[in-house]
Amino acid sequence: MAEPVAGLRVSIRQSAPIALDAELACGRGEVLALVGPSGSGKSTVLRCIAGLHTPAEGRIECGGETWLDTARNKSLSTARRRIGMVFQSYALFPHLSALENVLEGMDDPGSPGALERAQELLHKVHLDGLESRRPHELSGGQQQRVAVARALAREPHVLLLDEPFSAVDRATREKLYGELAELRRDLNMPVILVTHDLEEAVMLADRMTILAHGKTLQSGPPLEVMQQPATVEVARLVGLRNVFEGTVVSHARNDGHTVLAWNGQQLRVRLQVAFAVGSRVAWSLPGAGVLLLPRDRATSAGLDNPIDSLILKLVTLGDRVRVLAGVPGASGAQLAMTVPRHLAERYALAQGQALPLRLRGEQIHLMPADERHRALASA
Amino acid sequence: MDWLALTLSLQLALATMLVLLPIGVWAGRRLAWRRFRGKVLVEALLALPLVLPPTVLGFYLLVGMGGASPLGQWYESLFGRQLTFSFQGLLIASVIFNLPFAIQPMQRAFEAIAPEVREAALCCGMSPLRMLRRIELPLAWPGIVSALVLTFAHTLGEFGVVLMVGGSIPGETQTIAIAIYDRVQAFDTAGAGLMSAVLLLISLAAIGLSYFATSRIGMSRRG
Repeated sequence: MAEPVAGLRVSIRQSAPIALDAELACGRGEVLALVGPSGSGKSTVLRCIAGLHTPAEGRIECGGETWLDTARNKSLSTARRRIGMVFQSYALFPHLSALENVLEGMDDPGSPGALERAQELLHKVHLDGLESRRPHELSGGQQQRVAVARALAREPHVLLLDEPFSAVDRATREKLYGELAELRRDLNMPVILVTHDLEEAVMLADRMTILAHGKTLQSGPPLEVMQQPATVEVARLVGLRNVFEGTVVSHARNDGHTVLAWNGQQLRVRLQVAFAVGSRVAWSLPGAGVLLLPRDRATSAGLDNPIDSLILKLVTLGDRVRVLAGVPGASGAQLAMTVPRHLAERYALAQGQALPLRLRGEQIHLMPADERHRALASA
Repeated sequence: MDWLALTLSLQLALATMLVLLPIGVWAGRRLAWRRFRGKVLVEALLALPLVLPPTVLGFYLLVGMGGASPLGQWYESLFGRQLTFSFQGLLIASVIFNLPFAIQPMQRAFEAIAPEVREAALCCGMSPLRMLRRIELPLAWPGIVSALVLTFAHTLGEFGVVLMVGGSIPGETQTIAIAIYDRVQAFDTAGAGLMSAVLLLISLAAIGLSYFATSRIGMSRRG
């Protein structure tokens, strides 16, 4: 098998054709999800790693080799970088069979043992018996598997996956997730997975890097990034809808909580001493941290914060109901949450109805106040 | 039946085809994939033989290759004979007036290869030569075949340029198209008719072959 491969380190910057300011690192055997909305530059970052695009400035190291170093005017061509790339469209060679596609992925398809290895790779991606099929005779999921086998054929030092699941239907995607999770156990190189799907990142990646407008904003384990975004921008990008601003009142270190003034009331939240008393902060709360508070039950213990609200909007989505509730007060804050449909029916939730809620303080996460937002607000 | 003229025409058509194959592949790839300053101008110049009257093109080629031109003088000093009114001169003219017929279909064929497929080949570590041999030529083959057939058929039928540059020297520059004209001038309608029929059949066969080949290749590629 391949020699142990050192990880991948990427640091690239450019201002045109699209602005880029990206730093990322991925160890061997690690799967790093590069997540961002469409047009955030994810694919461009991947193309920089592959050498299909050369950024104005930067350095890329992989497997102990320097692939790009603009300071020393060095840039290896794509063919000389040991990469395995799975394109969004798979980009299989249309005139060649599945087996020939994998063989062409090798440096020397004519070498002894090449054929056996190509067959073994196809076996690994569960394509036994389909070796002689041309790409157009394969389903989307099968084409994706050929693309993965072809990418691995070169024994690459990094595996680059550009939205590899976006072109298949949901059922196939679920199946492919399982297969990739299984396959990655045998991979000893860094794997970069570009996706706009946070769920995909949570399921498949060890770490994720959030990218917006070409800039990498935060890296970390997917759940950690989603629950503890570093900035308001990241909070919005990971889909947190409940983001507000408040002021730190005190830190009750002994009781393990921080008191936050918000909307004319005080909230008890998880202890976060990094924010000074009196400072203005932004805070976020996942939808799952907003709970219905039945009228007949007393406030439970812990860091639950009871508040009053008014139902502004109800949207039924299958077996769930999305609730938008307005909080009385100067800020005009709106809380978003999702409740199971049977609960919404039991409580007979209706637009305009008063709705007592509990905000789970354990899940309230503090962030620096959004400077841009404040500048706008004070303007 | 003027076998000499027919053989000469076939030789000229084959030679033109062979010369234009590498030129067409090179230029077709560049025009398909590269962006450079003046690309539109180059494309327009290459398309010029399509719209220019053959006699006009022939006139300029005659002047450009004639004994008074640098090219004509250089050729004469090298081989001791003039370039115009020779088979070699005819071949140069034929290559030039066939440029659009060879390059355009090849350019379209290379353009039809998805950029990701070529990028995938690069990501597989392929050298330019291996990529050309294993990916580009097999995928562009139908376009290349039709370019060659068009060139072949067009050379067989060209009249104006050939007459201007080559005249009508039997065995040297008298192609079958010129021979037909000469026969008509000599009131030999039967001879002209026979040769016309032969030319018609050859052209038909060439075009038919190209359609057959490209549809076969297209079918085997797409199912």
